Amino acid sequence: MKNKNVTQFIGFMFLRLCIVLVIGALCIILYDIFSKGLPAISWEFLTESPKKGMTEGGIWPAIVGTFFVTVITALLSIPLGMGCAIYLNEYAKDGKLTRLIRMSIRNLSGVPSIVYGLFGVVLFVQMMHLDTCILSSGLTLGLMTLPWTITASEEALKSVPQSYRDGSLALGATKWQSIQTNVLPYAVPGMLTGTILGLARAAGETAPILFTGAAFFLPFLPKNWSDQFMALPYHLYIMSTQHHAIAEVRPLAYGTALVLIVLVFLMNLAAIIARYKLRKIRLE
Amino acid sequence: MVDSIVDIKTTTKADKVSTNQIKIQVKHFNFYYDTVQALKNIQMDIRMNTVVGIIGPSGCGKSTFLRCFNRMNDTINGIRYEGVIEIDGRNIFDKTLDVVDLRREVGMVFQKSNPFPKSIFENVAYGLKINGIKDQNFIAERVEYSLRGAALWDEVKDRLNKSAFALSGGQQQRLCIARALAVEPEVLLLDEPASALDPIATAKVEELIHELKKKYTILIVTHNMQQAARVSDYTAFFMMGELKEYDVTNKIFTNPKEKITEDYVTGRFG
Repeated sequence: MKNKNVTQFIGFMFLRLCIVLVIGALCIILYDIFSKGLPAISWEFLTESPKKGMTEGGIWPAIVGTFFVTVITALLSIPLGMGCAIYLNEYAKDGKLTRLIRMSIRNLSGVPSIVYGLFGVVLFVQMMHLDTCILSSGLTLGLMTLPWTITASEEALKSVPQSYRDGSLALGATKWQSIQTNVLPYAVPGMLTGTILGLARAAGETAPILFTGAAFFLPFLPKNWSDQFMALPYHLYIMSTQHHAIAEVRPLAYGTALVLIVLVFLMNLAAIIARYKLRKIRLE
Repeated sequence: MVDSIVDIKTTTKADKVSTNQIKIQVKHFNFYYDTVQALKNIQMDIRMNTVVGIIGPSGCGKSTFLRCFNRMNDTINGIRYEGVIEIDGRNIFDKTLDVVDLRREVGMVFQKSNPFPKSIFENVAYGLKINGIKDQNFIAERVEYSLRGAALWDEVKDRLNKSAFALSGGQQQRLCIARALAVEPEVLLLDEPASALDPIATAKVEELIHELKKKYTILIVTHNMQQAARVSDYTAFFMMGELKEYDVTNKIFTNPKEKITEDYVTGRFG
C-alpha cells in the first residue's frame, strides 16, 4: 500500500518536472527576447527602412515582405489543402492507394524546409522562369504548408459525426449536398485554425525563401509579385550571423525577433478567435 | 395500459391487414460484407400501411436488412448483394434508379437520434431545402405539418428557432421522425428508434408509430420483444442472417411455427 503511493508520488513528480522544464525553457527564451528586444522597438523601427548598412533604421520592408509572402502562401495552400482534405476524407475509397497518399502527405510534413527551398528554386525559379521573387517564395512556402493544411483539415472533417452525413443522405441529399450543407459548416472552424497555425509557421521560415526571393537588403518596398523582398526571418538571420558588425546590430536583431514572435502570436490568436466565434455561431 | 394496447391490436389486426395490397417484395435476397454473408435468401412480402417488426439477436443481420431498403449500405466498402427488393413493383437496385430519389421515398430514423446542429425549424426544413424547395410559406407549412405528424408541434411551437440540441432525448428522436416525414416518404425505416429513450418517451414514440401507419408503411427493428408485440402488425424473426419466421405478430408471439422462434420470444436465449 505504502509502496504504491510512493511510486505514484515519484511518477507525478516526474511528470511535473517535465512540464516545468518545458515551460521554463519557453519562459527563458521569451524573457531574453522581450528584455533585449523591447528597447529597440520604436515607431521608427517599425516604419522605416534599414539605414547605414543596417546598423540603424527599421524593419518596415521586412514586415511588408513577410506579409505579402504569407498572403501568397495562404492563397495557394488554403483552397488546395482544403480541397485535398475534402477529397481524401469524403470521396476517396479507403484503399491501398488512399492510404499510400495519406502516408506520403504525413511524411511530407516532416521534410526539412531547406529541401522545399531547393525544390522551389528548381521548380518555380528555374523551370517556370518566375525568377527570385515574392511569388516564387510564396508558392514554395505554400507547398511546404500544404501537408499541414491537409492534415489539419482532414482531422477537422473527421471530427464531424458520421451521423450528420448519414442523416442528410437518408433524406435524399446527394453526397455533395450533404458535404456542403451538413459537414463543411461544422468542419471549417477547425480547418481554418489548422491552416492559420500552418501559415504562422510558414511566416517564420527562412530556408524556403532563402534562394527563392528574399533579398539581403532592398532600398524599396516590393511593388508587385515579381519583385524581390525582405522578410523578417531572413532579416533576423542576417542580422545575427551575416552582418559585418554583429555586436553593433544585436539590439536590432532582438527587436526583429520580437516583432516576428508577436506577429506569429497574433496569427495564432486570430486562429483561436476565429474558431471560438465560428463555434459559437454553430451552437446557437 | 400497455396490456390494453396489445389487446386492441390483436383483435383488429387480422381482418384489417389482409385487405391491404403488397407494398414491398423481397425476393431471394442475399447480402455480403466482403466474403461474409450477412443475409441469406430472404423472401418477404410487406403490405401497405402495416408495421413490420424485425426482431432477432444482435448480429443477426436485422439492421443490415433495414438499411437495404434505402440503400444506406451503399456507403460501406466491399458490400455486394444478390436478388431483388421491389417497392411498388420496382427493383430498388435497378441501374436506372436514382438512389437519391429512393431515399426520399424511403425515410429512415436512426437508432441514436441525430438532430443536426441547427434550429428545430431548420432540422425539419433540411430535407425540403436540399430537394430544391424555396417557397418559404410552403416550407413553414410543411414543417408544422411534419412536427404535428411527429406529435412534437405543441412542445416546440414556441421555440422553433432554438437549437435542436436543447430538446430532450425523446423529443430529439421525434424531431428526427418529423424530419423524415417532411419529405413525404412512403416507407419509414426505424432502426431501434426507442432504444435510448426512457419508458415515457418510448410510449410516445410507439403511439406515434400507431398513428403513422395510417399513411406510411413502416419497418421497425427492435430489441424489445414487448415493443415488437405492441407496435407491429407483422413480425419477422431473423437469426444468423436467415429469416426464420415471418407472420402476423400475434401468431409469432403466441403460437410460432418454429421452435427457435418460440425460444427467442419467450426469452430462453438472445
